[in-house]
Amino acid sequence: MSAHLLTLVTFIPVLGGIIIAFIPREKLDAIRWTAVAATALQLLVSFVILGSYDRMNPDIQMVEHYSWIPAFNIEYFMGIDGLSLPMVLLTPFISFLAIFSSWKIPKAQKGYFSLFLLLDTGMMGVFVSLDFFLFYIFWEVMLLPMYFLIGMWGGPKKEYAAIKFFLYTLFGSVLMLLGMLALYFSLEPHTFNMLILRDAAPEIGQKLLLGMNAAKVIFMLLFVGFAIKVPIFPFHTWLPLAHVEAPTAISVILAGILLKMGTYGFLRISWPVLPSATLWFALPMAILGLINIIYGAMAALAQKDLKKMVAYSSINHMGYVLLGMSAMTAAGMNGAVFQMFNHGTITAMLFMLVGVVYDRAHHRDIDGFGGIAAKVPIYAGVVALAWFAGLGLPGLSGFISEALCFIGAFPVFTWITIFATLGIVLNAAYFLWSYQRIFFGPLNPKYENLEEINKRELWTLVPLAVVVIFLGIYPAPMLDLMSGTLNQLVDIVKTAGMMAGF
Amino acid sequence: MPMVNLSIIILVLPLISFVFQMFFGRRLEGKKGEWISISLVLVTLLLAIIMFASMLFDYQPDFRQEAQFTWLNLGSFQLEMGILVDNITIIMLLVVAIISGLVHIYSVEYMKGDVRYSRYFGFLGIFTFSMYGITVANNLFMIYCFWELVGLSSYLLIGHWWEKKSAADAGKKAFIVNRIGDIGMFMGLLIVATVAGTFNYELLFERIGNGAWAAGVGGLFGGVDPSTLLTWAGVLIFMGAIGKSAQFPLHVWLPDAMEGPTPVSALIHAATMVAAGVYLTVRIFPMLTPDAMSFIALIGGFTAFFAATIAITQNDIKKVLAYSTVSQLGYMIMALGTGAYVAGFFHLVTHAMFKGLLFLASGSVIHMMHHSLHKLGDHETDAQDMRNMGGLRTKMPITYTVFLIASLSISGIPLFSGFLSKDAILAGTWAYAAHIHDGWLAQAHLGWLLPFFGFSAALITAFYMFRLIFMTFHGEPKNKAVFDNMHEAPKLITVPIMVLGALSTWIFFTLPSFNPLGGEGWFQHLVEQAKSVVPVGAFDAETFAHGLHAAHYPAMYTSLIVAGLGIGLAVLIYLLREIDPEKIATRLGVLYRGSLNKWYMDEIYLHGIIRPFLKGCGAVATFDMEIYDHYVIDGVGRRVKSLATGTGVADDLVVDGAVNLFGIIFQWLGWTLKFVQTGKIQNYLIYVLIGVLMVYLINVF
Repeated sequence: MSAHLLTLVTFIPVLGGIIIAFIPREKLDAIRWTAVAATALQLLVSFVILGSYDRMNPDIQMVEHYSWIPAFNIEYFMGIDGLSLPMVLLTPFISFLAIFSSWKIPKAQKGYFSLFLLLDTGMMGVFVSLDFFLFYIFWEVMLLPMYFLIGMWGGPKKEYAAIKFFLYTLFGSVLMLLGMLALYFSLEPHTFNMLILRDAAPEIGQKLLLGMNAAKVIFMLLFVGFAIKVPIFPFHTWLPLAHVEAPTAISVILAGILLKMGTYGFLRISWPVLPSATLWFALPMAILGLINIIYGAMAALAQKDLKKMVAYSSINHMGYVLLGMSAMTAAGMNGAVFQMFNHGTITAMLFMLVGVVYDRAHHRDIDGFGGIAAKVPIYAGVVALAWFAGLGLPGLSGFISEALCFIGAFPVFTWITIFATLGIVLNAAYFLWSYQRIFFGPLNPKYENLEEINKRELWTLVPLAVVVIFLGIYPAPMLDLMSGTLNQLVDIVKTAGMMAGF
Repeated sequence: MPMVNLSIIILVLPLISFVFQMFFGRRLEGKKGEWISISLVLVTLLLAIIMFASMLFDYQPDFRQEAQFTWLNLGSFQLEMGILVDNITIIMLLVVAIISGLVHIYSVEYMKGDVRYSRYFGFLGIFTFSMYGITVANNLFMIYCFWELVGLSSYLLIGHWWEKKSAADAGKKAFIVNRIGDIGMFMGLLIVATVAGTFNYELLFERIGNGAWAAGVGGLFGGVDPSTLLTWAGVLIFMGAIGKSAQFPLHVWLPDAMEGPTPVSALIHAATMVAAGVYLTVRIFPMLTPDAMSFIALIGGFTAFFAATIAITQNDIKKVLAYSTVSQLGYMIMALGTGAYVAGFFHLVTHAMFKGLLFLASGSVIHMMHHSLHKLGDHETDAQDMRNMGGLRTKMPITYTVFLIASLSISGIPLFSGFLSKDAILAGTWAYAAHIHDGWLAQAHLGWLLPFFGFSAALITAFYMFRLIFMTFHGEPKNKAVFDNMHEAPKLITVPIMVLGALSTWIFFTLPSFNPLGGEGWFQHLVEQAKSVVPVGAFDAETFAHGLHAAHYPAMYTSLIVAGLGIGLAVLIYLLREIDPEKIATRLGVLYRGSLNKWYMDEIYLHGIIRPFLKGCGAVATFDMEIYDHYVIDGVGRRVKSLATGTGVADDLVVDGAVNLFGIIFQWLGWTLKFVQTGKIQNYLIYVLIGVLMVYLINVF
């Protein structure tokens, strides 16, 4: 058993999905509880993985390595290290909680939960694959259920949002596919094995493709694919739409996990395999990070729709990740991956909380509330916690990762970091301003009978809050898991870059 | 028990109070649940007194204990959290504990029957915790964390009555304005982390002193001069103090913060949190270059003067005190900038007592005004407007007496604590102007601005404080009905203010000497001037000390003269009514209106920065969705779709064998789009097909 933990953690959800397919559609509770069981089991396995993970070892662990399609040298190759482990923990955690946010999905629950679980498998697969082809398959597997989940269970403009998301991502996937194949053919024998590709980085860096440096060309191809997922400006316009139209649980998944696939892709593939191109593109990447931070925050400040504001806050928060990871310093890199994890938990809270009030008021117009803290004090309290986590208050996890990103980036991109610190104020501005408009002031008589957050909703949020507070007070356990691998990654990129003359 | 352990207990107890009130407070409302918080804070007060007593017993100026642990370790980068206890820490802990303890007790009566009574005590708890955190932190990163947390508690307490829009606005404003200062502080931290590689005070100073700083600059900012960078680091960290201690131009949040309950104003916005900026400046004092000190002195001096000119015309009793606080904080900051380190910190301590007292005493008046108005069923009259008061000294003798003590103290009259510290600051500015030639301020021959600001502010302070006293407690009652229903406040209010009244006299600060004109007491012995570690062109502390000695008496006489002048003017205008204030107001015209309207700072910010910026944000949002997404992204989609329809089937593509990569992608994209819109979504299959095709294509070239 223990040898197949990664396979288990990846495929348990889809098994649950298949079981659901055989449950009659009227047996709603059976469907829901099967979904709960599947994700709970997956979560449990992720804890076992955490338990047996050796944090002193920065290299790949729990390897599962089999030949899959020998004709093309495609392998079933899984393994995790300090980069993937945080994501392997995050994915089942968020998915499990998101199942409870999906409790009241109004129609076709059977299809919904099956697709949800398929999506879960796709995401998890991305984070454990070490064969690029396998990685790519999982990347695409996640796409289809997401399309349906937005397109069928979403809001008023769901079709438009779903197609937009689909085409955007597909466009990126195509370029990524090209990049992947170019990598595949660049070595003899052809391989998708990421570790072999990584070790051959100097060789790939020397090659030419279409008359240009192969590493740079491939980097740019992969860049578009990953950038759309993050999303990096100017590839971000699918996000506000998709997040707003998707049902609550799917927004949670989108922002909480999916976005991380983009930055994960950079760190898993582009960084180690194409280090010279990475250094070549580090400055533009940091600038894009800055743009994400400021542009996202400014757009968030102007939103009238609460969910859209939260959506833009994701663009803003992922900017810190970009800034941190482009600096190639220990603090920046660890800060970036830690921020990926923290943004996952914090933004999950934000979207769930938006969902709670939307379920009651049936609108999300920030100016359409007013004074409701008087009616729903517990809800107001939880929102305050999440909002303050979002604006980076010390004592809550987001602060440390943002601070580390800044500290890591400052020696390398001094001026960019200086401008990026403006984000600290803008974050406070949009979170506090929206909070005031919703909760403070005289009570809007329309919400005289607003219902307080219920037990199910509250207990969905509590685990997230606990993690956010715990890691805010004591971040070391999480950072210890990843720092070995990430410091090694920094060294790999730097050494390779030095050899290439950077 | 080592002092560090005691201070950790002091730190943790208020946090327990916060957690307790958050989870169980509501159930215990009306069942004396607040006394749990009060007891916890009183225990911290007791421990602080023990620490203080042991400090006096040991009598070691260089006493110091430090303990820390590694909070996170990334190999090449580490962060520590730790506790530093020296005499400054102990004195500050005691100040915070005294004020917090008294405010807790006072609040039982003041907040009685409040809608969020238990929550209020919880918030006082988290504030006290954060303030203790700032006090005991041994490094800049940790102080920054608690710095933000006091910002949070300030936000929560200012907005305690959030049903009022003005209260909610004020809380938000306080947090955001403070964060603007914090950006600067954070940048300072980034410089420190990069160049010195540590946040720990002692290590940092050591590395500045031994040349490691200069070596660490490297290529930062294109290889900037290390001393220049040190100046910048100091100024940037000091920006945090500009925000928190409400210095010009970030002072605008503090007067608005008076929307919070009055005990909160006393605790946070007068005595302790706003003094955190001064405390931070005290902590980083050794690394300040003369240039950075020039900047600090000028900001402080100007603020002291500027805020005083506003306080003079305000009619809201708390607004007068708020601007007075800004002005007094300016004094402390100016003192540190001139190098009068001990005087600056001394004023922090004395000010905490008399300004805390002024707020609590004004709260006593406001509280009883509310009661009286409530009895009359009057909801229109403003309980804080001095124009509705008058003659209250007969009704509230205790409040009046302590108010008078505090006013004499802040005006700098001998026998009271304010005289001691204020006089030391003014002497410091005098010495600075006369003897110091380092730093750009002195080099530009602007050093005399500081005594000018200092003494003018002293004059104005004495004037507006007695204006306040006379308008509130003397003369004819302006509103007879209200007046008749007034009486002295209950014990829970009068006892705390009497304690602070006692602490506003000289004796507690001059012991073992009884000389009311000051000189050398325990404070001057136990708090020593911190030594500068600036390697090149450090502040000349020796010359300054000589100058201070020489300036002592002339400064004292001058300050007594100006204080007397200020009080005398107030007597003439507001007590004896010899001069009509209305007439002066009309004669001064523009100046009067400017002062009354706070020199239009809020309007300038609103129209000059906030509105345009929000417009910019709106433009970004519109651009993002209406223009960029609609025309560019969707435009490409539409173009591709029509292109695909035009070319027809994908078959052609294969037959032509077009190698144009983008052609293929767009064709196919458009095709998918068309497909999707028919509602039959099988494009996944097609997609795999295309994928295979591409494998083939790439294989070919």
